[in-house]
Amino acid sequence: MAAVATNTILICAGGACISAGEESVKDAFKDELKKFALDTVVSVVETGCMGACNLGPLAVVYPEGVFYQKLTPDAARKIVREHILKGRVVEEYLYKGPEGEIKPQAQEELPFFTKQVKIATRNLGVIDPTDIDEYIGRDGYFALVKAVKEMTPEQVIEEIKASGLRGRGGAGFPTGLKWELGRKSKGDTKYIVCNADEGDPGAFMDRAILEGDPHTVIEGMVIGAYAIGASQGYIYVRAEYPLAIERLNIAIEKAREYGFLGKNILGSDFCFDIELRIGAGAFVCGEETALMASIEGERGQPRVKPPYPVQSGLWGKPTVINNVETFANIPPIILKGAKWFASIGTETSKGTKVFALAGKIRNTGLVEVPMGITLRELIFEIGGGIPGNKKFKAVQTGGPSGGCIPAEYLDTPVDYESLKELGTIMGSGGMVVMDEDDCMVDVAKFFLEFTVDESCGKCTPCREGTRVMLDILEKITNGEGTKEDLEKLKQLGEFISNSSLCGLGQTAPNPVLSTMRYFWDEYLAHVEEKRCPAKKCKALIRFVIDHDKCVGCTACAKVCPVNAITGEVRKPHTINDDECIRCGSCIEVCRFNAISKVSP
Amino acid sequence: MSVDVKETVKRIYEEVKAKSLEDGDMLINALHAIQDHFNNFIPPEAAEELSELMNLPPSKIYEVLTFYTMFSTKPRGKYVIRVCQSTPCHVTGGREVIEALKETLGIDFGETTEDGLFTLEYSSCLGLCGVAPVMMINDMAYGNLTPERVKAIIEELKGGEKR
Ligand SMILES: Cc1cc2nc3c(=O)[nH]c(=O)nc-3n(C[C@H](O)[C@H](O)[C@H](O)COP(=O)(O)O)c2cc1C
Repeated sequence: MAAVATNTILICAGGACISAGEESVKDAFKDELKKFALDTVVSVVETGCMGACNLGPLAVVYPEGVFYQKLTPDAARKIVREHILKGRVVEEYLYKGPEGEIKPQAQEELPFFTKQVKIATRNLGVIDPTDIDEYIGRDGYFALVKAVKEMTPEQVIEEIKASGLRGRGGAGFPTGLKWELGRKSKGDTKYIVCNADEGDPGAFMDRAILEGDPHTVIEGMVIGAYAIGASQGYIYVRAEYPLAIERLNIAIEKAREYGFLGKNILGSDFCFDIELRIGAGAFVCGEETALMASIEGERGQPRVKPPYPVQSGLWGKPTVINNVETFANIPPIILKGAKWFASIGTETSKGTKVFALAGKIRNTGLVEVPMGITLRELIFEIGGGIPGNKKFKAVQTGGPSGGCIPAEYLDTPVDYESLKELGTIMGSGGMVVMDEDDCMVDVAKFFLEFTVDESCGKCTPCREGTRVMLDILEKITNGEGTKEDLEKLKQLGEFISNSSLCGLGQTAPNPVLSTMRYFWDEYLAHVEEKRCPAKKCKALIRFVIDHDKCVGCTACAKVCPVNAITGEVRKPHTINDDECIRCGSCIEVCRFNAISKVSP
Repeated sequence: MSVDVKETVKRIYEEVKAKSLEDGDMLINALHAIQDHFNNFIPPEAAEELSELMNLPPSKIYEVLTFYTMFSTKPRGKYVIRVCQSTPCHVTGGREVIEALKETLGIDFGETTEDGLFTLEYSSCLGLCGVAPVMMINDMAYGNLTPERVKAIIEELKGGEKR
């Protein structure tokens, strides 16, 4: 039974897998192992997010590294009986390609994983995030020891500067430079803050890092504090992430116990501690000045910059704010050196970036890739393309501050500058893929609804301007728009960009402006022909039954919530357009493909 | 004001204070702790007591608490449902899920069912976009939602209450 003794089952306990039933799968593994008295020799470890969210719940069985997906409690029991006991891989639960072919069994060989280079997410899915010894076992806190024992704060800053690391929270400001400004800023007390408010719709890498490897964020912060001379740190986490909060609390306590936080860290005279601050559901609190106001116990409203936080931050003291992923990159840079880091990526964008793939894409989830990879590689090779044989239409990057990129730019390398040229931004790395069924006017409208909701109300261009833009977009999707409205939309967008107080308003028009730039025809179709090419806007579509195909099964008439469908049994049915509410239920139930949407 | 509320708020405040390194930043943490204690909302008496303890005018407490969508001055249901209204959820069928929720519960956003069980709210993003559409019920997340699944989840919670 020697083989058995070395088995380890890693189960993904990331947020998505938990929501898909991870806990019952874990229990089933444990129960079944116990039944065969294997519970003392085979360990079951809950790890952070493995990345392949749509395949969850996930598990990897070592030493072979076999990657199992879409698990159920029954599947778990079978894997124990077959794989663990008899050494037979259970094919049913292996990853299968688009044609049903069984792909390589080992995790490292799957296309989703082969192109990845993991730095910030190096420990995700590999260690138990609640066990500090596992983190240390993967060189954790070695960078801190190196920094405090062998380097001066100035040397740490030089190293980060030389690495070319830029902030991963959106703006891409050089991290080393920010730290240098923080170091030089005068003040008896300084603060370092981790921005873990991750609010961009479509981004969830910070969540995964906090839940899956909280110690790397803490270590990055302690090194930062040492570099700038901060004595106190805050992690501002959104309340929507209870699991991240729980694991951070455990990690902070353990780090204190081990002497990585607190007084006289590693026997030096450097003292530093970290506290959590929990948000309360306001997107704008991700903006750094609003975040500081919120930490101070105020309404989370941004203020004018300058002064910048490094000059006057929390309680007027110099404050360095960095994003979760930025901090997660710090320990490897200190350990392996700036040169190594700068050898990855492009001229101006060094290292890797974690992207969150969501929307109409086969492999949703998190991937970390070198900067400069093309959108095509990301979406089609790693992401597996669009499901259901649909056509790619656009990818939205940068959340509500970003824009949509159409198919003709799929070969663009992903870096800060190239995306900016296309009228969008890197943002925090969220990528929402859209297919031919998505209406770009509807998408733009959707983003503006978000901004209108989340605008804090302090400055007029953002508060009122986005409202007016939304009204115009609603008019257009209702089939009441004119060509003048399109002009107005453009002018208003430019005006809001130029005159808003903070990044929220300054970037709010981007989704509209970028879709107008690339999908002008679609806007024109809405206003000139009152037609929605994607057949999404309810006011511009009708549902019709093809009388040649309809067999009169009555399924549609039964499901219609407003009784808008009439017809005799076994005779073709008809939809009364005045009563139809365009809910689409009839299309779903029709087994003869007789119902379709038309516009107009 | 009932002595009970007064003392409870005082105890919660002392606990939060003991854990804080700075004095100036306790308000939001205190509000979180109070809301957790009083079943998902902040009763007026509690806000009043907090204003006395922190030596702040009540208007200040309300200025801050009304800014954040997660704080409520109205009683909320035992289960607070936060359904994600973000783009990844929208393009994967979120609209239908939201309609199904409203229909099953018979309430709109910001409302609570008559039996006091469910409050429906929305979130700008729950960060589970890999399994969109998503909702959270209290601290539990539910992904890959369809109108049918939503109905089943609500019915199950209701059933659990009856038992
Ligand atoms: C409206 C708005 C929302 C933001 N949200 C976030 C966020 O959720 N997380 C984040 O790290 N940065 C966010 N930022 C950027 C921060 O203001 C700040 O630039 C960042 O935290 C700096 O860290 P970095 O240099 O490591 O990127 C946001 C900015 C704006 C204008």
